[in-house]
Amino acid sequence: MSKAKKLLNDPRQVVAESIEGLIAASHGRLEELPPGGVVVRTMIPEAKVGVLVGGGSGHEPLFAGFIGTNLADGAACGNVFAAPSPDVILCATQAVDRGRGVLYLYGNYAGDNMNFDIGAELAADEGIQVQTVRVWDDVASAPLERVSDRRGIAGDVFVIKIAGAAAATGIDLDDVASVTARARDNTRSMGVALGAGSLPETGEPTFELGDDEIEVGMGLHGERGVAREKLQPADVIVTRMMDYILADLPFESGDEVCLLINNLGASTMIELLIATRKVHAILSEAGIRVHDTLIGSFCTSQEMAGYSISLLKLDEELKALYDMPAESMALIKR
Amino acid sequence: MMLHVAQGIIANTDQLTRADQAIGDGDHGVGMARGFTAVEELLTNSEFASIHQGLKAIGTTLMSAMGGASGAVFGTLFRGGAGGLQETTVFDSHALYNFLDQGYKAIQIRGGAEEGDKTMLDALGPAVRAAREHIQETIDRSLLAIAAAAEEGKEATKTMVAVHGKAKTLGERSLGYVDPGALSMSLICRLMADYAASLT
Repeated sequence: MSKAKKLLNDPRQVVAESIEGLIAASHGRLEELPPGGVVVRTMIPEAKVGVLVGGGSGHEPLFAGFIGTNLADGAACGNVFAAPSPDVILCATQAVDRGRGVLYLYGNYAGDNMNFDIGAELAADEGIQVQTVRVWDDVASAPLERVSDRRGIAGDVFVIKIAGAAAATGIDLDDVASVTARARDNTRSMGVALGAGSLPETGEPTFELGDDEIEVGMGLHGERGVAREKLQPADVIVTRMMDYILADLPFESGDEVCLLINNLGASTMIELLIATRKVHAILSEAGIRVHDTLIGSFCTSQEMAGYSISLLKLDEELKALYDMPAESMALIKR
Repeated sequence: MMLHVAQGIIANTDQLTRADQAIGDGDHGVGMARGFTAVEELLTNSEFASIHQGLKAIGTTLMSAMGGASGAVFGTLFRGGAGGLQETTVFDSHALYNFLDQGYKAIQIRGGAEEGDKTMLDALGPAVRAAREHIQETIDRSLLAIAAAAEEGKEATKTMVAVHGKAKTLGERSLGYVDPGALSMSLICRLMADYAASLT
């Protein structure tokens, strides 16, 4: 495969420059703090639990794009596809702390787990209480019996929405963590990849896929999924993915869900809408009510072609938190 | 010696990248280069009061500059490894064993991996045991021994199925490929041995 063509400057500065752009576009709502990779709201309300998200860059708008009112208060941004380092996490923790502790919310990956754990230890040394919720919504990455081995993919978005709303209500850290964990436990996702994204620094694709091949269940960094096969009609693939997702929680007749159709980077809106139509039909037939639908690029993998489907099962509390208005670059909820 | 290691890692970026493209997401080479470039700058521009301070500073630098799982693991190798060397004034075979052994233990606690999981521990573990075996010999000989042991360990990762990190979902498809972390670990050992050999 040939090297990707992107408009960059020094490839080693991609994260620094993209953060500068994000700050500029926020028109005063966001700021970056040293040592680089720390992005926070300029006006975090007093006396609430701080919500810190983070992880590798390259998945924009995740994570810094979700900083804003009733969403995340800050993000610790690592290099592309690499976890942020503990010093970045500690600085971000101190910046979002308003005296009631900080919730760490990130995808379940070895690098993120280790660095955020080190960060939490450093924060504890500074007297800041931290609780952690890792997102592991990707049903393709491990069997249900090993749910905490699963990867975090676009389901992060739902969990951030719930965490941000919960913290905004002023409840304490244990309660924020508890309802956030419940949102995480109620979320299931799966993706399909049609083509690779590439690492900006090298131009090299994160995986190889034949011209007529797709991979169902592929991860955000090109991690292998459940099946590599030939391209088939969208309805066939979407039905298969929904079979996996529905059976996993399981989602049942009478349930109410939120739906996210997430562009992994290079797919067209036409493809996302076609998938949306099929998912709605499948859910309707299953007696599952869709409360809200989000369609767009929320958790990408550079220019990976493909998309992921996420479902969040609502209960009364989760629904009220989901319905709370929110504002950020990535997500606006009226 | 560590300056030689840093420069060697940077020079081998492409090899590390290719290994990580095979069973990871392809960023190991650039990450290690970034981390060791910072180490190169650190070592060129700073003086350290002791071996302990120097190794700890290398660890902290790797952790912040590299990021990712590799930053956490290799940073812990140096910070953890430095832990038992507070009184050390000469980096001899005893210090080498101490460094590798403490580093190994610290990494196990941090990451939860075991030997056989196809990680850098599969190169480091054999290196620790070789260091213990050769502890009575001169440093250049023990370094040669640990480098050979680490290389064998790295090669052996081809027969292992990945249990941690980005490769873990490959399952059986990770067979036949070297673990990038083990490759880096064995390269670090080889570079240390080469440096000592060049002095004799």
